[in-house]
Order: sequence, then structure tokens, then C-alpha cells
Amino acid sequence: MDPLIRITATAAPLDLANVNTDQLFPARFIKKPRAVGYAQYAFHDIRRDDEGNLRSEFPLNQPRYSEAKILVAGANFGSGSSREGAVYTLYDAGFRAIFAPSFGEIFASNCLKNGVLAVALPAQIITDIQTKLATLEPTMTVDLQDETIKLSSGEIIAIPLDPFQKRCLMEGLNEIDLSLEFSAQITAFEAQYRARFPWIAGS
Amino acid sequence: MTQTLFEKIWNTHVVEQRDEETLLYIDRILLQENSFHAFDKIRRENRRVRNPKQAFAFSDHYVPTRNREAGLDGVTDPEIRNMIELITSDTRDYNIELFGLGSDFQGILHVVGPEYGITQPGLVIAGADSHTSTHGALGAYAFGIGSSEVAHALATQTLWRARPRTMQVKVEGKRKAGVSSKDVILTLIRTIGSGGAVGYSIEYTGDSIEDMSIEARMTVCNMSIEAGARAGLIAPDDKTIAYLKGRPLSPNQANWDAAEAYWRSLTSDPEATFDRTVEIDASRIVPQVTWGTNPEMVTDVTGQVPDPAHEKDAERRTRMVRALEYMALNPGQAIRDIKPDRVFIGSCTNSRIEDLRVAAQVLQDQTVRIPTMIVPGSEQVKRQAESEGLDTVFRKAGAEWLAPGCSMCVAINGDRLLQGERAASTSNRNFEGRQGQGGRTHLVSPAMAAAAAVTGQFEDITTYPGAHTWIL
Repeated sequence: MDPLIRITATAAPLDLANVNTDQLFPARFIKKPRAVGYAQYAFHDIRRDDEGNLRSEFPLNQPRYSEAKILVAGANFGSGSSREGAVYTLYDAGFRAIFAPSFGEIFASNCLKNGVLAVALPAQIITDIQTKLATLEPTMTVDLQDETIKLSSGEIIAIPLDPFQKRCLMEGLNEIDLSLEFSAQITAFEAQYRARFPWIAGS
Repeated sequence: MTQTLFEKIWNTHVVEQRDEETLLYIDRILLQENSFHAFDKIRRENRRVRNPKQAFAFSDHYVPTRNREAGLDGVTDPEIRNMIELITSDTRDYNIELFGLGSDFQGILHVVGPEYGITQPGLVIAGADSHTSTHGALGAYAFGIGSSEVAHALATQTLWRARPRTMQVKVEGKRKAGVSSKDVILTLIRTIGSGGAVGYSIEYTGDSIEDMSIEARMTVCNMSIEAGARAGLIAPDDKTIAYLKGRPLSPNQANWDAAEAYWRSLTSDPEATFDRTVEIDASRIVPQVTWGTNPEMVTDVTGQVPDPAHEKDAERRTRMVRALEYMALNPGQAIRDIKPDRVFIGSCTNSRIEDLRVAAQVLQDQTVRIPTMIVPGSEQVKRQAESEGLDTVFRKAGAEWLAPGCSMCVAINGDRLLQGERAASTSNRNFEGRQGQGGRTHLVSPAMAAAAAVTGQFEDITTYPGAHTWIL
């Protein structure tokens, strides 16, 4: 996983609540191998009209946000299914950080495992950032070390990060390697657990 | 120290603690065809699967519902066929049991898991599907995960987790005849919103939950994720114990008494506190029908499509307008005047034998007016239904009786709505395009779907003469 330390890029506001993973990545594309590149599927159906033309009112279709690597989204972003392809589409399209009042939990976990920062901020702060992105230069700097966002106006917003998640992202850790450092503890746990619940491991 | 049911299970599974994150032991890992990314990762990183016997795989999302006698040869789309072949070869490579095409126990992972005894009270179950919350109906802490976490769980038998907050959903009161557990969970989502339980693990309590069958409870827990909760649990009781008796993976005779004693200890202590409590009065619920593109956009069958003009919040109003445009509905339109083009009875929410029995009671001696697909949740459900003659009732009514799988709930096996088609569906998500690009979904209970098949519109089935005899 690529380490994520600091990113300065265009940020796009997406003022829509409950954007679900079917909208991020329609199910009919799940069977595609990752090698084809998933960027083409990001928001596939909601960014297009019935004839397949790009809808100009969709923010990511606008030249202003075409280079966006950061999303400032609505509440419950990424709700719905567990499909990790929803994160692959965003990652392959260049996104590395997403802020929203809340996230679909499975989606937020999937972001972390793929080097994408997903941070929940109070709804009022999100609305305020979205307004500024729409009216000022739509760029920002996200600094994981300092746990801050810096807007183009110079305004600085704190983003509290979980220490564990921060370390995983900043060091680009492979979480399986990290967890296998606890192999002895897992083995010891299993031994007492199986003795206590002998019917569970396979009866 | 008093503990909730969730806390008892969680505390029993803690391997390590680092800051806010817990390394949690996982008892069961459930896989489906879309887990291929996880196997790719395992292979690429040259990992070992730690305990293959604690993983179970299912062919359900891509399997065809027609021409099943032909087996894999009946799957003509090469990409769909590839998905079924991949889960077969991946599970063979890693020595994981597959409930695949042709198996006596093939079916939807959330139907087969409980049915086979894979699901038991007190377990932590991680599944490669968001509706893994279903298994909470038996008192397991069960939640959906993405492919990276599937790979992590396979390699380590653990997952890193931040402990969720706890929410008690207390459902009290007797349901009216014709009101199902699907209407109860839709009412909860209507009450707290589709993000209302984000960050929480739900425990459903109250006399109305106790009154439900195990299968009805599964419908409730299944849609916890539609309220934002990754998991929803119900404490085991006599019904749970009776349900578990004699399942292939249930504890054997030597272990049964110890297992049962443990299961009976898995209740929230009387003094235990929850971070949030929501109360639902089941006696006031009438059958629910979704009108929008999210399960929170739902109302009474006796009601009307809401008017965005009356919505004060601008963002909500925008979403309502877009939803009504997508659904081709008008503000103020009576729900009963909505006319579905098709009916789908199936999915991990409502495809179990009790769901099919109710559908058969409504369809008995009737004729469907619109195309109706009935897809049992598993091979075992299918056989049970056929032994009871339900298939004959369905066929005589003109409905299609099909082979088990996820089918038109997620619409990736070839079963799907066409552009603009409107369905009455017993599934769990009415998202834009969920049942096929441009398709329009109205979520309802099995009895409501069956009634819509007969009359071609949504009916208040609580007024049906036979409704009091249905077991919902």
C-alpha cells in the first residue's frame, strides 16, 4: 500500500446524502478483474443521463473538479454493500481522501485498507467546506501528521485521526503483516478458546 | 459489571488491544463469488489460510435460476461463468468448503449459514457480504467485510475492529394480522433513517421480537445494515435452541448441554445500559411500501407518495425530487395506485420457507396478473417447499418457480429489471439501478408482493379475510 502522508489537490464537493456503493460502483461491473482499471466505473450511472451522456450538473463532470483527488461528501457516504470495488473505483480515479459527516461503515473500513483516508467531520463543517470549495479556489492540503486540512483561503481545520489508522496509512502498512506479528497471541487465544468452546472449531 | 449481549460476545473474542482498535477473533468467515479479490490478495502475497475449516463459501450471487439441470454448461455469459468457476477453483486451492452448484445445500449464504448450523449463538461471524447481519438473529455478532478484510481474516483468523456503540431497538406490542417482520424493520429504518445506526451494533428486544419466529427475526437482522448498523443481534431463547437442534454443524451430543448452557447465558444483563434506545410500537404498524430509492423512503400502503414541497431541508428535498423522478411517481399519489410491472419474491431477506408459505397462502387458487418470479433461498428451502406442494400453488397461479440464488435482488446473474420496469420486491435495497439499470424497486413483505402479483397493485393485506391465519 502506498504511504499517505500529505496531499495537496483539488477537492470536489458532493452535496448528496446516502450515496451508496451501487452508485459508486454498479454491481454489473463487480465481475471485472482489477487489471482493467476501475476508474471508468466510478459513479458510472449517476454521472450519466439515460442516454449515457455525462450530466453537467454532476460535480465530477465539471472542469473545475476534473483533477479532484479529494471528495467532500454528504452523510452516510458509501452506504450499502460490502463491495470493495467501490473503493477501487475511487482509488483508480485518483482519490486519496474523503470527508463526510458519516460513512457506510464497511466502505470506511475498505478505504483504510486501500490507502484512502476517510474521516467523518461534523455536518456543519462539511457544509462549510463544500460552500468554500464551490466559491473559492477548490484546492486543499490534507496533512496526516498534523491531522489538519488547510483550505485555499488559509483556513485550517483539525481532523482527529485514530492513532492506529493514522500509522497504517502513513506507513503504508500491510495490515496482514502487522497482525501476523501477533501470531503467538492468536495461537494462545485459540488454545484457551477451543478448550472452552470445543464445539465451535468444527464438530 | 453488567454487560449487553454484544459486549459479552465481544469480550470473549478479544485477542489484543492497541489504542482504540481491538484484534478480534473470528469464528466463521463466509465467502461468495465476489471474494475473488481476496483470494487474489492471498495468492499475490503468498499467504497461508490459517483455519480453512472455519471458512465457508457459497455460489449464490451469480448462479442462474433457470436451466439449472445443465449445471455450469447452462451459464452462457462467459464473465458470469468465470465467477462461478473462480470460487470453485479458489476454494479448492485453499481447501475451503464450497456450497456450490449441484450441492444439496447450495443457496444464499445468509440462508444456508443458519440452515446448516454454521451460525450459532455467541460466534463472531465475518462475511463477504453486507447482509451478514442476518446471522445476528441467532445471537451471533455477525457483520459484513470487504475483500481486504476477508484476506486478513483468512490469513490470521482475526480482524482489527473499533468497538461500536450499542443501540437497543425495543419492539413492543402485537402486530396486526398481515403485518410482517419486514414491515417492522422498514418501520425502524423509516424512524431513524438509513444512516441512523451508523457506528452502532443493534440489539433487538421486546415482546414483539420474542413473538417472532427465528426466520422472521432473520428478516429483521438482515436489514440492520439498511439502517447503517453493521450488525443486529437478538438474544437466544427457546426458539433459538430448538432451531439449532440437529443441524449438520450444530454441537454433537457430547457437547450439546455445555453449548446450550452457554447460549442461554447470552442475554443482556437486566441492568446493562445501551448508548441509545429506540422504541417501536408494533401494534401501530401497517404494511410498508418503499416509494423512493433508499429504504428510508418508505410509507404506509394506505398512505401517499410524499410531496417534496413540504420538506424543509433543502438537501433532503433535492434527494426526494430526484427519487420521485427516477421512480416516475407524483407527489400525493396514493401508494395503492402504484402499478408494478413485475414481482420478485426471494433474496436473503425473504426467501425462507415461512416466506414462501405466506406467498402460497395469498396465491392459492389465484392467478397472477403480472410476471412473478419466486426464488427460494436455498436448495433445502426449495425441496421443503416442493414437499409441501407450494411449487404447485405457484405454478398454478402462473408464477415462475425457480432455482435458488440471489437472483434479482442484486441482478448480476442475468435476472434483472429492464429500463423503466417497476417491481414489487421482497429484497432489501431499492437503490437506483439495484435490480437492473433503470429499474424501479418497491420493497415489500412476501404477502404484499404476492397480493400485488394477483391484483397488479399494492393492497392493504391486513384487510384480507385470511390474513389472521398467516404466520409472518
